[in-house]
Amino acid sequence: MIAEIGHFALILALVVAIVQGTLPMIGAAQGRANWMAVARPAAQLQFLLVLTSFLALMQAYIISDFSLANVAQNSHSAKPMLYKVTGVWGNHEGSMLLWILILALFGAAVAGFGGNLPPTLRARVLSVQALISVGFLAFSLLTSNPFERIFPVPLDGRDLNPLLQDPGLAFHPPMLYVGYVGFSIAFAFAVAALIEGRVDAAWARWVRPWTLLAWLFLTAGIALGSWWAYYELGWGGWWFWDPVENVSFMPWLMGTALLHSAIVVEKRDALKIWTILLAILTFSLSLIGTFIVRSGLLTSVHAFATDPERGLFILVLLCIAIGGSLVLFALRAPALKAGGLFAPISREGGLVLNNLLLAVATGTVFIGTMAPLFAEAFDYKLSVGAPYFNLFSAIFGLPLIAAMAVGPFLPWKRADLAGALGRLKVAAGLTFAAGLVTWYLQQGGPVLAIVGMTLAAWLFFATLAEWADRVQLFRIPPAASLSRALRLPRAAYGMTFAHIGMAVAVAGMTASSAWKAEEVRVMRPGETVEVAGYNYRFEEVREMRGPNYFSEMGRFTVTLEGQPVAELTPEKRFYPVQRMPTTEAAIHTTGISDLYAVIGDSDGQGGWTVRIYHEPLVPWLWAGCLLMVIGGLVSLSDRRLRVGAPRRRAAPAASAPATAS
Amino acid sequence: MSKRVILLLPIAVFAVLVVAFVWGLAPDRDPSRVPSAMVDKPAPDFDLPAVTGLEIPGLKTADLNGDVMLVNFFASWCVPCRVEHPVFMDLAAKGDVKLVAINYRDKPADAVAWLAELGNPYSRIGADLTARTGIDWGVSGVPETYIIDSEGRIRYQHIGPMQVSDYEETIRPLIEELKQ
Repeated sequence: MIAEIGHFALILALVVAIVQGTLPMIGAAQGRANWMAVARPAAQLQFLLVLTSFLALMQAYIISDFSLANVAQNSHSAKPMLYKVTGVWGNHEGSMLLWILILALFGAAVAGFGGNLPPTLRARVLSVQALISVGFLAFSLLTSNPFERIFPVPLDGRDLNPLLQDPGLAFHPPMLYVGYVGFSIAFAFAVAALIEGRVDAAWARWVRPWTLLAWLFLTAGIALGSWWAYYELGWGGWWFWDPVENVSFMPWLMGTALLHSAIVVEKRDALKIWTILLAILTFSLSLIGTFIVRSGLLTSVHAFATDPERGLFILVLLCIAIGGSLVLFALRAPALKAGGLFAPISREGGLVLNNLLLAVATGTVFIGTMAPLFAEAFDYKLSVGAPYFNLFSAIFGLPLIAAMAVGPFLPWKRADLAGALGRLKVAAGLTFAAGLVTWYLQQGGPVLAIVGMTLAAWLFFATLAEWADRVQLFRIPPAASLSRALRLPRAAYGMTFAHIGMAVAVAGMTASSAWKAEEVRVMRPGETVEVAGYNYRFEEVREMRGPNYFSEMGRFTVTLEGQPVAELTPEKRFYPVQRMPTTEAAIHTTGISDLYAVIGDSDGQGGWTVRIYHEPLVPWLWAGCLLMVIGGLVSLSDRRLRVGAPRRRAAPAASAPATAS
Repeated sequence: MSKRVILLLPIAVFAVLVVAFVWGLAPDRDPSRVPSAMVDKPAPDFDLPAVTGLEIPGLKTADLNGDVMLVNFFASWCVPCRVEHPVFMDLAAKGDVKLVAINYRDKPADAVAWLAELGNPYSRIGADLTARTGIDWGVSGVPETYIIDSEGRIRYQHIGPMQVSDYEETIRPLIEELKQ
C-alpha cells in the first residue's frame, strides 16, 4: 500500500512539474503575474511529492518488502540496517529517484531563498528546472519504476553487491548527486538569462552561491569516491581514469572554471557569453555522465544493469536539454551586451587563463574518455589509459598551478606582473628551498614529480603570502594586522583555504604517484617483510563471521626500527548470497604516509598472497580536498549574507560602456 | 558573422557526439569485446611433442596446413573444458571438421586420465607444458578454440567454453565458408 502511495506521489510530481514548467514560463513572456506566481508553490509541492515517493521506497527497504522487484533484487533480510537504507540508492531505479529528489530539492530551495530575484527571472529559472524534472520523472516512471511489484513474492532478496556494502555508499552517491544536480541551477539561470536576453552583475551574484554549493558537494563527492576506491578495492590506488570517474571529473573541471568566470561577470561585467556557455556545458557534462553510467556505452567498473532502451530515452532527454540550450545559446548570445574592458595582464586576464586551461583540460579528458567509442565506430579497438591522462594532466595542470599562485596578486583591469612577482619573493625563496629538500630526500625520483612538489609548495607559500599581503603582516604592528585579518571578507578566506587545499592535494597526488612502494608475495605466518623501512610481521590468519558474510582476517604487526607502529588486520570476505569475495584493506595512517595491507588467496600450503603498499602523502590528498570543501563553505557563508542584500550595490551593467569582452 | 559561426560550434560538436552515442547504443554492440590480435595471421611457429602416455601424435605448425580445422586449448584442471567437451565429442563423431588440440599447462598423467574418462575427440594433441606456445597464440585462458583455414592461417578465436549454440551460429557457418 505504501509503495502505491509512493508510485502515485511520483506520478503527481510529474503532473506538478509539467504545470511548473509551462505556466510560469508563458506568464513571464506575457507579463501575467499570477501565472508566474505558480512557480514557487509548485516547486515546493513537487519536492514534497518526490520526498514522499522516496520515503515510501526507503520504507520498503527497511521492512524488506520483497514484493517490490527493486527491493528483492537489491536487498536481503540479513543485511545490516545501514545498508538497507543506503541500498535504496545502490541500484539504478533507486539512484534515479535520489537524483530526482535532489533536483526537486534544489528547485524548492531556489523557490525558498529566491525572494529577492526579479519575478520574471525567478519564474523562468523555476520553469527550466521543472522541465528537467519532467524529463527525469518521465524516465523514471516509464523505464525505471522502482515501485514495480513481483509475484510470486520471493522468500528473500538477492542482496546488494558486496562492494557497495560499505559506509561509503551512505555519503558518496548523495554528495556526488548534489554536485551534479546542483549545476542544474546554474544551467536554469543561464537558460533563463538567454530567454531574458540580459546578463548582469546581479545575475552573476545570484548564480555564484548555487554554483559554489554544487561545486563543494561535487568536490566532496569525488574525494569520497576516490577514498572509497582506495580502501575498498584493495589496489592501493585512488584514481583509475575509469570512464565513470572521468565523467564526474569533467563537470568538476568545468564547474571550477564557471566558479571563477562568474566572479568576472559579477565584478567586471565581462566574459558574459563565455560564462553562460560554461553554465550550460557544466550541467551538460553532468547529464552526459548520467547517460554514460546508465546506458552501458563505455566499459567501466561502475556497472549499473545496462539497458539500451533506457540509454535511448536518456539520449533523447540529452538532445532536448543540451541541444535545445545550445541552439538557444547560438541564437541569443549575440544579444548579450559585453561589459568592462581589461588588459591581458590583470585579474580578469588571470581568470581567463584559468578558464582556458580548465576548458582545455576538460576537452582532453573528454577526448580520452570518448576515444574508444569513436575508434570503435571506425573499427579500431582502442583503450586510453593512465599514461595519456597523466601526461595531459601534467601538461595543463602544472601551468594552472603555477598561474594560480600569481593570479590573486593581480589587480582588476590592468596589472603589473613584475610588481606582483616582486611581492612573491619570499614565497619564491621558500619554494626553492622546498624543491631542494624534495630533491635531497628523493634522489633519483622522476623529474616531473620534483616539479610537481615544487609547484605545490609554490602555490602553498604564494597563497599564504597573498593573505599576509592583505593583512600587511610584519609591515604594520601585529595588532593592526590581526584586526585587518578579522575584517577580511569570508570570500577571501574561502579562496585562501581552497587554494591551500589544492596545494596540499597536489603534493599528495604527486608523491603518492611517484614514490609509492609495493610488495606482493606469498607469506606464511611468522615471516616478515620490509617495505619502505617498515617491518611487517605476518602473525596469523583467523576465520571470522559477519552478519551476511564469512571472513578470513590476517594480522600484521608493523614496526619501525624495532618500535611498534601499528597492527593491521586486512580481511578477505565472502558474501554467500551474491557468491562474491571482497577485500577489506587495512590502512594505518601516520599523517605523512599510509601503511596499506591486503590479504589475498591461500596457496593451500600454509602461505597467503599478501600485498603491502607504502603510500606517501596520500592522507594529504584527502586533507587537501577537505580544505577545498571548507574553503567553499566559508565562502558560501559570506555569499549568503550578500545575497540577502543584493541591491546594496546597484548593478553597473546598464551604465558600463559596451564594446567588447 | 564569424562570431555567429563560433557560437554555433558547441551545437555542431554536440551533434557529432549524438551521432556517436546513437551508434554506440546499437543493441548488438558489446563494448567489452576484445578482438584477437592473432586473427588473420598465420599460426605461430611451434612444435609440440605428444602427451606422454597417449597413443596420439603431437602437433606442429606444418600439421595445420591443408585443411580447415579447429585447434582447441584445453586442460584437465579447467572446469569449463569439461563443459564444452561433449560438443567436441559430438563433432568428432560427425566428422564435419578436423579437430586438433593443445594440452595447456597440464600434467600428462592427468590429461591421459581426463581423456580416458570423457573420451578423445582429437586427432593430434600437442603438450604445451610451459605455456610458451599458448602465449604465442595469444591465449588468455582455457578453454579457447581457433579456426584455421587451409593455408594455416588463424581466422577466428573463440574465448570460453564452446556451446552448441556457439558452434551452430558462428563456428559452423564460418567453417563452411572457408571450405568453399
